[in-house]
Amino acid sequence: MNRKTALNALHRAHGGRMVPFADWDMPLHYGSQMEEHHAVRRYAGMFDVSHMLVIDLAGEQSRPFLQRLLANDVVRLQTAGKALYSCMLNEQGGVIDDLIVYYLQDKSFRIVVNAGCADKDLAWIKEQATPFAVAVTPRPDLALIAVQGPQAREKTLPLLPTTLAERAAPLPVFHATVQDQWCMARTGYTGEDGFEIMLPATEAPALWQALAEAGVTPCGLGARDTLRLEAGMNLYGSDMDEQCSPLESGLGWTVAWEPSARNFIGRKALETKRNAIDNKRLIGLLLEGRGVLRNHQKLFSDGIEVGEVTSGGFAPTLQRSIALARVQPNIGEACSVEIRGRQVPAKVVRPPFVRKGKICIAT
Amino acid sequence: MSDIPNELRYCRTHEWVSSAEDGVVTVGITDHAQDQLGDLVFVELPEIGDPFEAEAECAVIESVKAASDIYCPVAGEITEVNEALMDSPELVNDDPYGDGWLFRIAITDEADLDSLLDADGYQEVLDA
Repeated sequence: MNRKTALNALHRAHGGRMVPFADWDMPLHYGSQMEEHHAVRRYAGMFDVSHMLVIDLAGEQSRPFLQRLLANDVVRLQTAGKALYSCMLNEQGGVIDDLIVYYLQDKSFRIVVNAGCADKDLAWIKEQATPFAVAVTPRPDLALIAVQGPQAREKTLPLLPTTLAERAAPLPVFHATVQDQWCMARTGYTGEDGFEIMLPATEAPALWQALAEAGVTPCGLGARDTLRLEAGMNLYGSDMDEQCSPLESGLGWTVAWEPSARNFIGRKALETKRNAIDNKRLIGLLLEGRGVLRNHQKLFSDGIEVGEVTSGGFAPTLQRSIALARVQPNIGEACSVEIRGRQVPAKVVRPPFVRKGKICIAT
Repeated sequence: MSDIPNELRYCRTHEWVSSAEDGVVTVGITDHAQDQLGDLVFVELPEIGDPFEAEAECAVIESVKAASDIYCPVAGEITEVNEALMDSPELVNDDPYGDGWLFRIAITDEADLDSLLDADGYQEVLDA
């Protein structure tokens, strides 16, 4: 029996095509994944992401603990509400999960982790927290709704309690504000502007319905995946996992090497690879021939296998097929992908493919 | 409930076949199939003149979710393919029994049509 979010009944009432995802019963789409994708790029769409787990960290040593736990450095979080994207590594430098950490206030932080990793993350975090004066509190009582698109903020703000709206309206990108049990964050996973809203699960259905009445399109996991792929954002489990380091996952920029004395978990292993010339890299691909790029298809350059597609699909904004792929260093711009036995030409490009409704690569 | 027109014949693999006109039938995928696949983004059709045995893989359709093989419902030779799908694969979603047809095939033996399912038989496959 898969777990249900607080919005499950509403998804079913809206005609959601429900699928199992990381032990949850989640909507794949509500009729057309393509239309949901376009709604987010052009207007506003909303996603139930309550299957992701919120974990609160509070206590005297919450900051030094996070400086040990995460490859990015929470020293960058000095003002309340600021958010940071980071990998959480194992001792071998592999990625246990990627997450966003928010500095709430004083000595309290909040992280949001992937649904599929939630159990192992929580166990890992509790284990690592033992020597620190920090309380680790999972928050399954909170629901998460992501409202994304060029009209997302203007459609959301009037539906919030007045004082919260006043605080949320001027939020800069990658910042959050908290009021009572509600947390409004100007973050997302689509390449568009918008909010991610954490709120008591009991209050989530009313907000979802109000957003729907305001013209925000309910969107499923299908559109969430094509939107993040166009935005060039990694998907945990496809584009990186415990077997690969952030350096080989296009996430070198999220590793804070300075100060060199900060001994984050995985640092030693990562340092041996830091300047290695044989590190693989994660690149973007644009399919030039006909077909659709799919996960695990092989890449070839001059007849030699040079890598593999980690996330592939059809990009509705581009009306072309795109992918992220992990490849050997020093491959050129031209390559081919083996699609059902045929070699189909593709071009190496630098993600993102689409941001804020605009195509960012030469097609 | 998906639409299952009475005048067509069906395969367990969710293709539909029209009745023969001068030995040629039209083939497509059912409303149920397009609904399960989700938005189609790419269709790879056979070449005109290609011969196929019954149940041979003869085309590929790809949706936002995955690639699916299309099996030839009857033995024969391709006489026409729906070129409009090259640029507009979504026609299969919008009108699976009309503008979203896939190809036409000259049947080797019209008696093969008798082995296909009728609408009730296909409904039973979906209900199973």
